[in-house]
Amino acid sequence: MNDIQIKKTTTPYDAIVVGSGAGGGMAGYILAHAGLKVLMLEAGPFFDPRTDSMQLKWPYESPRRGASTNTRNFGDFDGAFGGWDLEGEPYTTKDKTEFYWFRSRMLGGRTNHWGRISLRMGPNDFKGHHIDGLTDDWPITYEEVKPYYDRVDRMIGIYGTVENLPNEPDGIYLPPPKPRLNELFIKKGAEKAGVKVIPGRGSVLTQALPGNKDRGSCFFCGQCGRSCRVYGDFSSSSCLVIPAIKTGNLKVIPNAMVREVLTDANGLATGVSYISKDDMQEYQVSAKIVVLGASAGETARLLLNSKSAAHPGGLANSSGVVGKYLHDSTGSSAGGWLPQLLDRKRYNEDGVGSIHIYGPWMGDNKKLNFPRGYHIEFGGGMGMPGYGYGFGMQGMNGKVPGRDGKMKEAGGFGASLKDDYRRFYGTDFGMAGRGMAIAREDNYCEIDPNVVDKFGIPVLRFHYKWSNDEINQAKHMQETFQSIMHEMGAIYDPMEGPETNYGLEAPGRIIHEVGTVRMGDDPKKSALNKWCQAHDCKNLFVVDASPFVQQGDKNATWTILALAMRTSEYILEQRKKLNV
Amino acid sequence: MNRRDSLKFLGIGALSAATLVEGCKSPGKNPDSSKGDRAADAAQPGRLPNEIARDKKLNEEKFFNDHEMATITVLADIIIPKDAKSGSASDAKVPDFIEFIVKDMPEHQIPMRGGLRWLDMQSLNRYNQPFVALSNADQLEIVTAIAYPNKARPEMQQGVAFFNRMRDLTATGFFTSKMGIEDLGYVGNSPNVWNGVPEEILKQYGMEGV
Repeated sequence: MNDIQIKKTTTPYDAIVVGSGAGGGMAGYILAHAGLKVLMLEAGPFFDPRTDSMQLKWPYESPRRGASTNTRNFGDFDGAFGGWDLEGEPYTTKDKTEFYWFRSRMLGGRTNHWGRISLRMGPNDFKGHHIDGLTDDWPITYEEVKPYYDRVDRMIGIYGTVENLPNEPDGIYLPPPKPRLNELFIKKGAEKAGVKVIPGRGSVLTQALPGNKDRGSCFFCGQCGRSCRVYGDFSSSSCLVIPAIKTGNLKVIPNAMVREVLTDANGLATGVSYISKDDMQEYQVSAKIVVLGASAGETARLLLNSKSAAHPGGLANSSGVVGKYLHDSTGSSAGGWLPQLLDRKRYNEDGVGSIHIYGPWMGDNKKLNFPRGYHIEFGGGMGMPGYGYGFGMQGMNGKVPGRDGKMKEAGGFGASLKDDYRRFYGTDFGMAGRGMAIAREDNYCEIDPNVVDKFGIPVLRFHYKWSNDEINQAKHMQETFQSIMHEMGAIYDPMEGPETNYGLEAPGRIIHEVGTVRMGDDPKKSALNKWCQAHDCKNLFVVDASPFVQQGDKNATWTILALAMRTSEYILEQRKKLNV
Repeated sequence: MNRRDSLKFLGIGALSAATLVEGCKSPGKNPDSSKGDRAADAAQPGRLPNEIARDKKLNEEKFFNDHEMATITVLADIIIPKDAKSGSASDAKVPDFIEFIVKDMPEHQIPMRGGLRWLDMQSLNRYNQPFVALSNADQLEIVTAIAYPNKARPEMQQGVAFFNRMRDLTATGFFTSKMGIEDLGYVGNSPNVWNGVPEEILKQYGMEGV
């Protein structure tokens, strides 16, 4: 390796976009369609669902029957490469706290993983300070973001229903998929328990998307998580990056791991340096504008690693906030099975690969011991069997009478056991709460002073603790789940208790981490202005979830898309005015 | 594109699941579908080199010895026997799946290897022969002592834990096989139009108005 050199490209691009997920993809799409010459750097391989999807494979086509591996943490057929641990790319934690960081290095990033649940944040999510004083307000309102949400709805496609609920804004919807049988039981039980359930909201084309000839309609295999060969759901690759490549204005370099944003003596961004995983050589590319969409963790890491005389504390970090206010959604779940559905009739109920029904937050915090709230995602039914199917029969078949009406001894073997698997098939269901965690200065990521990854890039060190607010919220989720399952007439386990923080998942596990490069009007308290432009560096922009001041209980993707569109158009406007 | 176009795009004129699945699972076999630098690994498009290498390596390794495999086969067929509807666990190649999965998930290795030996020791102590050599009736007697967690005797608890795992792996291996999926009656994984729960099912469960 004594022939290492830095290869510099002198011709500047109009813009470099780092990352190809929801944010980077949208920036690439808007800028390339406007005629800018754009270079997109992606740290993983190229991926096109049309050719690379595992859609419609049967479990027996995987030797592990669809079980997960370190390469695919959500199953052998899942669309997302990557996971909680990447070989040679560690991260660390501090003060015995916990954080799990899911990374998907591939074209489209984590849009290859997500559940396509597409929610708008509401007015109180952007401006929540007045409610209890616990959160900082965004520098923008829902009304300012609404036009972009509307355009994302039309451009990408989303199903749902207009409900006129408080702080749960409606969008422009395709028809939602109807509930499955188990979901009807959930809905009925939830209503008895006083929990509102509405049709789901997901970015799946349940009908042809008006004006779009490149994407197919959903054919209801329920496998969005594997990525869709006909582009019937939203992935950044299929809906944004590949169309942007077709303009001839976007070049994607895959396997390019960005090391640093380069700046000049005036502190302006001049380009980035990266290492190519293909040839392990170092490269520098230049551009008039640098747009970061590398994810809340990676964007903060990049900025903190981009130190210079003009930016001694890291780029865009004169405020010192970069890395701080990291927050992931809360999550806690429960499930059970419906004895009413034993021996149910078979039919195809795969449906869509996103949620069919959804429980929006309707609680009143005045009566509760925690701030803000959570929504509930539901599912269940006659899904495709995969690894894990049939596990734990000894915990089920002793609880109900057999075909002969007599109670059975739990467990067993032989023809009678074999028959039980048939009888119980399709009786199960699950529900998961996803809630708002308060953004706190002392939940953060920073550069670990002692550790580098295999490319020599200093790694992130996380410090994250849940407070009683999140734990009490999880307790409330568990109590709510119990009451729904009781009203459903289901069989289920007792609720998670204090020994597990009421099933509260460790920070990072919900993969909704946001907030590390927050926006604001005050450059002393924020890294970016309200257009996601760095206060300290006017030709640097951020388009992922790191600018979020405070996440609501809504999953982040739709807001990332809307803000990335807004920022990209601001860039176009500023270019016209010759400001950047 | 509407749904009909989606299906055409997938390479099928009629709404035929079998054709569709065939078209999707082996695009690499169609010379027109492999392009450029993907041609080299066109047999497994969308899979990373380390995934292909991992599966190849695991398939080349052998974890269970012949005696252990014979015991696994007997046990699997006791758990899922042939009946009027479908074949046995070994008909569905469940033992091969178990061999693979313990290599893939090493956390199964000690409980499985140790559990098999625990079973043989029970068998040797009771009948002076390893489990596979016993008569079917004697095999069932031992299995009965470990197959019912709530009534198993305390000294059999390790056997219960082993049998629970063996039952889980056998069931999952069987019901994720082609034979098992057909037995179970899962009829999805094929293009269709989802219009909600069929009317007669709604009626059956009193869900018409929900």
